[in-house]
Amino acid sequence: MYGWIWRMLPGNLATRVFTTLVLVGLVAAVLWYVVFPWIEPRISFDLTTVGR
Amino acid sequence: MRAALRALGDLSLTAGLVVLLFCAYLLWGTGSYTAAQQELLREELLVEAPPGGKPGDRRGRAAWPVRLGGAVALLAIPRLGDDYRYAIVEGVDQDRLRMGPGHYPGTAMPGKIGNFVLSGHRTTYAAPFNRIDELRRGDRILVDTRETRYTYRVTGKRVVEPTEIGVIAPVPDRPGHEPDRALITLSTCHPEYSAAQRLIVSGELEGREKHPVRPG
Repeated sequence: MYGWIWRMLPGNLATRVFTTLVLVGLVAAVLWYVVFPWIEPRISFDLTTVGR
Repeated sequence: MRAALRALGDLSLTAGLVVLLFCAYLLWGTGSYTAAQQELLREELLVEAPPGGKPGDRRGRAAWPVRLGGAVALLAIPRLGDDYRYAIVEGVDQDRLRMGPGHYPGTAMPGKIGNFVLSGHRTTYAAPFNRIDELRRGDRILVDTRETRYTYRVTGKRVVEPTEIGVIAPVPDRPGHEPDRALITLSTCHPEYSAAQRLIVSGELEGREKHPVRPG
């Protein structure tokens, strides 16, 4: 899968490395700022109050 | 066939990395949000009490109205370190506990007769109550309001079921009884990475002194 993506990237080696880093950074940022904050309250651990 | 297996391998690796990143987020990402909120709460505590706030009577209720999400007092626990200081936020729902240790609405205010009940995260959002299991009988818990430092002494700790709402009663485990002492209760999850039970630390007010809130 990643081999296929790598082959699809345009440009020489340097360009591909750069593009890869940017893409990985983008995915990580989406995960960190959007997906993870959405998931975190939905997994029930670190519940600290009594009642209900 | 081989391509499918390779894709599966890549996806598994990716899933593993995403999970690792999620763990990093839980430990550090959530904490940076709490740090920012703590700054705001501390600033709020340095502001004068709102005009029209009446001095409270000794029993239970707030000396001034504290809205949900507002700053209640500063918490310091010497046993947990000299730099252990957290601003307590009013409210213990998810949105409030993200900001720091929360005060159960309806329970007593600092220094008042009844039960001053706090809850705090143990592993996420700066994990303010991560080490309260280390507290021993006699350890001091300091609560600073704008004018006064209240010193509580730990009287005990125990593990209870999450449904044990008796711990937050004005007289713990005696709902309906009139309180005659000023108590403090801290609650967090137990065991450390589980929500199976709650760890409860109890304390009693030992003294108070005029002590204006200092920055930081």
